[in-house]
Amino acid sequence: MIASLTRDDRDAAVLITTLGVAIGLLMTAVGWGDPLAVHGVIVMVFCGGLLFLVARNLNAPLPGNDRLASYYDDPTRVGVLLALTWAVVGMVMGVWVASLLAWPDLRFDAAWSSFGRLRPVHTSGVIFGFGGNALIATSFHIMQRTSRARLPGQIAPWFVLLGFNLFCIIAASGYLMGVTQSKEYAEPEWYADIWLVVVWVAYFTLYIRTLARRNEPHIYVANWYYLAFILVMAVLHIVDNLAVPVSFSGVKSYSAFAGVQDAMIQWWYGHNAVAFFLTSGFLGMLYYFLPKRAERPIYSYRLSILSFWGITFFYIWVGSHHLLYTALPQWVQTLGVTFSVMLLVPSWASAGNALMTLNGAWHKVRDDATLRFMMVAAVFYGLSTFEGSFLALPPVNSLSHYTDWTIGHVHSGAMGWVALISFGSIYALTPVLWRREAMYSAKAVEWHFWLALSGTVIYVFAMWNSGLTQGLMWRTYAEGGTLRYSFLDSLVAMHGYYIARAFGGLLFLIGAMIALWNVVMTILRVPVLVPALDYPTESEAFEPAVPAE
Amino acid sequence: MTILVVLIPVALGLGLIGLAAFFWTLHSGQYEDLAGDAERILFDDDTPLIPARKTTLLPSPGGDMPATIAEDRTPS
Repeated sequence: MIASLTRDDRDAAVLITTLGVAIGLLMTAVGWGDPLAVHGVIVMVFCGGLLFLVARNLNAPLPGNDRLASYYDDPTRVGVLLALTWAVVGMVMGVWVASLLAWPDLRFDAAWSSFGRLRPVHTSGVIFGFGGNALIATSFHIMQRTSRARLPGQIAPWFVLLGFNLFCIIAASGYLMGVTQSKEYAEPEWYADIWLVVVWVAYFTLYIRTLARRNEPHIYVANWYYLAFILVMAVLHIVDNLAVPVSFSGVKSYSAFAGVQDAMIQWWYGHNAVAFFLTSGFLGMLYYFLPKRAERPIYSYRLSILSFWGITFFYIWVGSHHLLYTALPQWVQTLGVTFSVMLLVPSWASAGNALMTLNGAWHKVRDDATLRFMMVAAVFYGLSTFEGSFLALPPVNSLSHYTDWTIGHVHSGAMGWVALISFGSIYALTPVLWRREAMYSAKAVEWHFWLALSGTVIYVFAMWNSGLTQGLMWRTYAEGGTLRYSFLDSLVAMHGYYIARAFGGLLFLIGAMIALWNVVMTILRVPVLVPALDYPTESEAFEPAVPAE
Repeated sequence: MTILVVLIPVALGLGLIGLAAFFWTLHSGQYEDLAGDAERILFDDDTPLIPARKTTLLPSPGGDMPATIAEDRTPS
């Protein structure tokens, strides 16, 4: 890892990590007696550990210039492993919080293990930890391959990847201490938010610099999806997290907005986090790995470009459909609903395009579980985008909102679409990254596929039933005009569904564990693929050996 | 709803950035060979990893015609 860093890279790494340790020290000193000090220690340990790693190998042999003829895959490799590790962590938390709803005693009476603190560890763990690392890793891979250019530097990708993971660790550990600004999917406090902005700007510049170096005149459509994801998330993150810290020596801050204004900002952020974090970037993955794995070009490349611009221009307006029947002005609600319905067009264009690509290659889908992951992901993408438009219709929303139907909808997208396309991409990517013939166990991929699919289906069906039951019970009137059921009645009716949900999640978690095991075994046990060359070489890039002069 | 005074310009601004990017793609010849563009991603088999010869973009004499690719085959 460090052997591939040049002298300048190593110096820069020492400088950046030393700065990190200093910042951690400052946070600890200033925030003594506050959770900020704990985060200061975490920053110190994280940066100190990296500093130790680099410093220990500071004088290791320097890499040769032939590295410039190959892609820089080290950060991608680490990113894949981090993504799967976060997947397991986030999904363990998911199964735990799902079980808490069925068996509340699983809290063990500790403060840190209350539902309100564990749930964001689950949501941030899977969305940012698993999804974010999968996006960063695949984007490093795709931007280099489609541009036929190496990353512009060796420090920037590490800074982005590790900096983002530091943010995830700060976020998750903060929730357990009760540090949150109580904004869904934007819970981390002001100092973590500022750090993420720094990392994100580095990410955007890295992407643009790689594209600027490209040896291929055309910018492949997947890059546009990733670029939209990075750019829009930056703007959303900054606007939604505008807040005034109570003091710079503590974690607490207050949002710059209040009441319905704050709610509007929050759901403008929240829905576009779904749009640009959980959709746009993963569509980039789909548009690269599905054609690669199926070994045929996308069915209609023109359509993929059209749906990109469609999604880009429509999505930003739909946030207000989360606030139907609230104090929000009627016309803003209607605007959100209108765009939500229009969104169906570009969404289904992408889903259809993916499935039509497989038309004529169904035998590959049958035989190859990796490709099947991607196919089912496209199906779930189509289903959950249809469901999203449907749930945004006011009459449907009046039944579904505040019920488990919403949770079912989110998970059909998150498990069925986002997680399955990530797993499929990781299975396609791992042998390429580590130069192996194939995954360690094809049978394990097959097992993972069926566990993930059945887990998703059980989860989603449980939540659909539960949500409909809740919604109908809450609006049933007795003859005298009073409500027929108390809230407690609806809660009792949920119990069976909540057990089913925890079981579905457990199946999905086992699948993710199998994936992590399979990738690790591929690295450890599968022999490295040596290409047949007609010249001798010791270079990692298979460059011909230079004759001695 | 004073917040809309912030939100709508931000959303429109993002849309305008998108529009500018779209016009750039249109005028820089990004859509000249869609079939080829879709096919070419299938050809990178990672050996040799990055094409050794450098490709340079040369502006065509016409001006707004798509740039042509010249290959510099001199060994580097």
